[in-house]
Amino acid sequence: MDAAPLTPDPAGLLPPVQPVQLLDDQGVLHEVDGYPLDLKDEDFRNLYRFMVLARRVDKQAINLQRQGQLGVYASLLGQEAAQVGGAYALDEQDWVFPSYREMGAALVRGVDPGKILQLFRGTWLSDHDPHATHFGLLSIPIATQALHAAGFAMGAKFDGKDLVVMSYFGDGATSEGDVHEALNFAAVYDAPCVFYVQNNQYAISVPLSKQTKAPTIAHKAIGYGMPGYRCDGNDVLASYAVAKQAVERARAGDGPSLIEAVTYRMEAHTTADDPTRYRTPEELAEWNARDPIARFETFLTREGLVDDTFRAQIDDEAKAYAARMREEIYDAPHGDPLELFEHVYVEPPASYDEQRALLRRELEAG
Amino acid sequence: MAITMAQALNTALHDAMEADDKVVMFGEDVGTLGGVFRITDKLQERFGDKRCFDTPLAESGIVGSAIGMAMYGYKPVVEMQFDGFTYPAFEQIVSHLAKMPNRSRGTVRLPVVVRIPYGGGIGAVEHHSESPEAFFSHVAGLKIVSPGTPSDGYSLLRRSIDSPDPVIFFEPKRRYWLKEDAELPVTTEPFGTAVVRRQGTTATLLAYGPMVRTALDTATAAEEEGWDLEVVDLRTLNPFDAETVVASVRKTGHAVVIHEAQVFAGFGAEVAAQITERAFYDLEAPVLRVGGFDVPYPAAKLEEFFLPDTDRILDAVERSLSF
Ligand SMILES: Cc1ncc(C[n+]2csc(CCOP(=O)(O)OP(=O)(O)O)c2C)c(N)n1
Repeated sequence: MDAAPLTPDPAGLLPPVQPVQLLDDQGVLHEVDGYPLDLKDEDFRNLYRFMVLARRVDKQAINLQRQGQLGVYASLLGQEAAQVGGAYALDEQDWVFPSYREMGAALVRGVDPGKILQLFRGTWLSDHDPHATHFGLLSIPIATQALHAAGFAMGAKFDGKDLVVMSYFGDGATSEGDVHEALNFAAVYDAPCVFYVQNNQYAISVPLSKQTKAPTIAHKAIGYGMPGYRCDGNDVLASYAVAKQAVERARAGDGPSLIEAVTYRMEAHTTADDPTRYRTPEELAEWNARDPIARFETFLTREGLVDDTFRAQIDDEAKAYAARMREEIYDAPHGDPLELFEHVYVEPPASYDEQRALLRRELEAG
Repeated sequence: MAITMAQALNTALHDAMEADDKVVMFGEDVGTLGGVFRITDKLQERFGDKRCFDTPLAESGIVGSAIGMAMYGYKPVVEMQFDGFTYPAFEQIVSHLAKMPNRSRGTVRLPVVVRIPYGGGIGAVEHHSESPEAFFSHVAGLKIVSPGTPSDGYSLLRRSIDSPDPVIFFEPKRRYWLKEDAELPVTTEPFGTAVVRRQGTTATLLAYGPMVRTALDTATAAEEEGWDLEVVDLRTLNPFDAETVVASVRKTGHAVVIHEAQVFAGFGAEVAAQITERAFYDLEAPVLRVGGFDVPYPAAKLEEFFLPDTDRILDAVERSLSF
């Protein structure tokens, strides 16, 4: 008996061996078949602007942590292009389900990092509203948000809504069962979902080589019957172009896909981590030479898309942004301890009255 | 010599691996990094990467493969990086680790230790301060341990690794830096027994893990009120040493159980029932429970309002005494 032909053709689902790169290390733009750029001058400037803002926000957050204003912070330094490029491919109505490192994606989506970072201030669990911003709650248990993204996309699909969901997670997350279940669910239901992996080479101290034996993370896609894409995550244009393809595919009803943006975490895992225990200065220097903002800036300057005036303008905006962020963090609402009992249930148990009374007595006693 | 809980646990792992080359240690970031709390510091350096190794990021994978390795003949000690990240392994723990010896009528033995840094008090972000001991205490087939002192950290971990039954070993992370004068190796009271840490006559405080220190501090503070509190450290929740607990309550007539976890359906409910069933006529008042409120663990700066402290415990003692 002849074997039935495989559908879809598995070869067509395989990622390219080399990550898609549009801007080379010298900032020279190359055309790559199948990844046309549909960007106007204004978009180029905007991408640059978001990356610079993201870096400034990141620096500010690290400083706030050092001053004791944030309990902990997970830096995105080095991942600006991957995050911004990916999120820039989304439309207004689309949604993002982030992990905890996505301040760059947040900025692109119009979410104020000063607000979501309140989670790390520890005065309250933040007052971020996913429905108002189409940006999910930061998710600390690794990989879990991928399933929420799949489910949200299934809902949109069943409802016939024009809406694409993008879920961000890290290379480490691809080892958790939840990511595999999410990929499978999204694929089985043809859900309009884009799984965007920022492969920053490490899960805390564990390098990718100890995380998987797959040729690349993008290759995992084929096992679920979806295409795997791979891009140079330090190239904002490639990150955008690849994401755009995946988003358009989802929007057209052709189902989910998996993107691996190859990048590097330049900072410690979080402010609580000591990376000198597991990586070398040489490795760091090598990636430093591939800085995503510097590369893009070289290109933009050569093309005459940015000049000193524009740079100064962005710089001022970044400063103002950081100042506002400081204020938002300093002024973050201090949860009233009695609010511990709020929002746990829509219909709270009667026992809460007793417990609230106990806490009130404790507070009064000081 | 003053040792910390963290040093005691690290030394216990080291000595157990030295004593038996079937003891292996694995989990997330436990190899090169030595664990985020450095409890596995230098183990890989000393024993090599087949004895102490980093796994892919997958808790179900860690516990499930520990079960397989134990069936093969190893004695795996695995680390869950934080309490709140144990949940992906729940199925492997409940459906297999706990049940396989019974399902196989004893032909399969699973000498696995699952180490879990647990509890709050360190100002951590969400999911890093949970006290999930009640979930696991409810499961037959598991031994549940939680040391309150560095010596017990050492001794109970050594015995947990020697145990032929699976053990969930809850490490009170806020006490990792707690110091005690002790020489290692140390052998403390037998596994499965509770210990009276402070003799008293007015009422009994029952605690384990992180709350042992808090209970002792409360007993000191209570002297001002003229109360002489007895403090019992449970040490192992399963086996539960009803004898020591009941003997203390017979003496004082008053019992207050303390844990960080929410009170509702927490381990304190089991302790209260054990006491009530065994010493009803010796009780001068109902057994009272002191713990966290029945809400999700709050943001870092609010944890002081959630966690039981000396005042909340003294308030309960007073309620018990005036019953
Ligand atoms: C279920 C779960 N297990 C463990 C952790 C602890 N932890 C926090 S971040 C992290 C590494 C994550 O690596 P990766 O997915 O590559 O993302 P990155 O932090 O590099 O962005 C670990 C193990 C967690 N948050 N959740």
